[in-house]
Amino acid sequence: MAHAVKEFSKGIVKENPVFRLMLGLCPALATSTSATDAIGMGLSMTFVLVSSNIVISLIRNFIPDKIRIPAFIVVIASFVTIVDLVLKGFMYDLHKSLGLFIPLIVVNCIILGRAEAFASKNGLFLSILDGLGMGLGFTLALLSLGIVRELLGSGSLFKADLLGPAYPKVIIFILPPGAFITIGLIMGLLNKLENKGGK
Amino acid sequence: MEHIMLLIIASILVSNVIFSRFLGLCPYFGVSKSISTSLGMGMAVIFVMTLASGITYFIQKLLDHFGIAFLQTIVFILVIASLVQLVEIVLKKISPALYQALGIYLPLITTNCAILGVAILNIQKSYHFVETLIFGFGSAVGFTVALVIFAGVRERLRLSDIPKGMKGPAISFVTAGIIAMAFMGFANLVK
Repeated sequence: MAHAVKEFSKGIVKENPVFRLMLGLCPALATSTSATDAIGMGLSMTFVLVSSNIVISLIRNFIPDKIRIPAFIVVIASFVTIVDLVLKGFMYDLHKSLGLFIPLIVVNCIILGRAEAFASKNGLFLSILDGLGMGLGFTLALLSLGIVRELLGSGSLFKADLLGPAYPKVIIFILPPGAFITIGLIMGLLNKLENKGGK
Repeated sequence: MEHIMLLIIASILVSNVIFSRFLGLCPYFGVSKSISTSLGMGMAVIFVMTLASGITYFIQKLLDHFGIAFLQTIVFILVIASLVQLVEIVLKKISPALYQALGIYLPLITTNCAILGVAILNIQKSYHFVETLIFGFGSAVGFTVALVIFAGVRERLRLSDIPKGMKGPAISFVTAGIIAMAFMGFANLVK
């Protein structure tokens, strides 16, 4: 049981895909302009990650070793297409603001990386936990970026105006440069905390 | 002609793939350790992205013809993956010198989201064939420019005195943010 808990929790802090492994940076920076978009992207990603981990861990013994990567990509791309169509059908606004980055989940290194490094070698239960942990870690990373950027950049949180009209909006934070600077500073903060904890 | 020139400038500077579209960040932070490797990667991306843009244009026509446009994502990624493999094999046979130069970067390109991203953007913006090629080429040049500038800065950064917590990726991101700010100066160049 302790083993299972470890597989689940490693993705959230110790091997956080965005802040630690530096994977999946493109959607992390592009869709974190607001906390709402960040959660939408994070949950879409978690869904694809868990589903593809399930399928790949189930079929891992039938795939010939040489064509495993193309096979994984087809599985992942199918789930991405499902997410794309579901979002377009039921959450059109979210679909519009995430835009290009939904189909691009396919080439996200986190998913193929987990499929190759974990789901193709482990059983169903652990693979589900691994997918959930990594997905939640990704979502949390996006959410923390999204909260900082939305609060500073538009003075609101989850689209609700928090700081009022008197707050001078630092627009740079919802523009691309702000994304780079925010993630850099958060990483610096994490390093600092870690160094303190180690002493 | 003027339209084509504007498209080139727009795709290289104004809507740079890295700084304004956030595409291809993994290789951007991965291979930008020195100027020579980033030039090699840039050349490989220019080559593959132009080719992939052209080919996916016809693939999309085919998908539309059979009414299966919803398969776009799956088909495109498979086409790009096999295209990269094909380029690798052909280069090895025809031009060993070029293969030596680009070889190690080619497998990395399959997972470069800029290639798939630009292919999908071409379709979304319903460019015709020539525009597609130009946009693919221009975006790749923009990627290379961004990569080389960043590699140059990073080579200097290694020698400078950075606070302990900010070392490594953290300072790289802040640097990229400042370069992105500079690139925003091009924003109104093309309306």
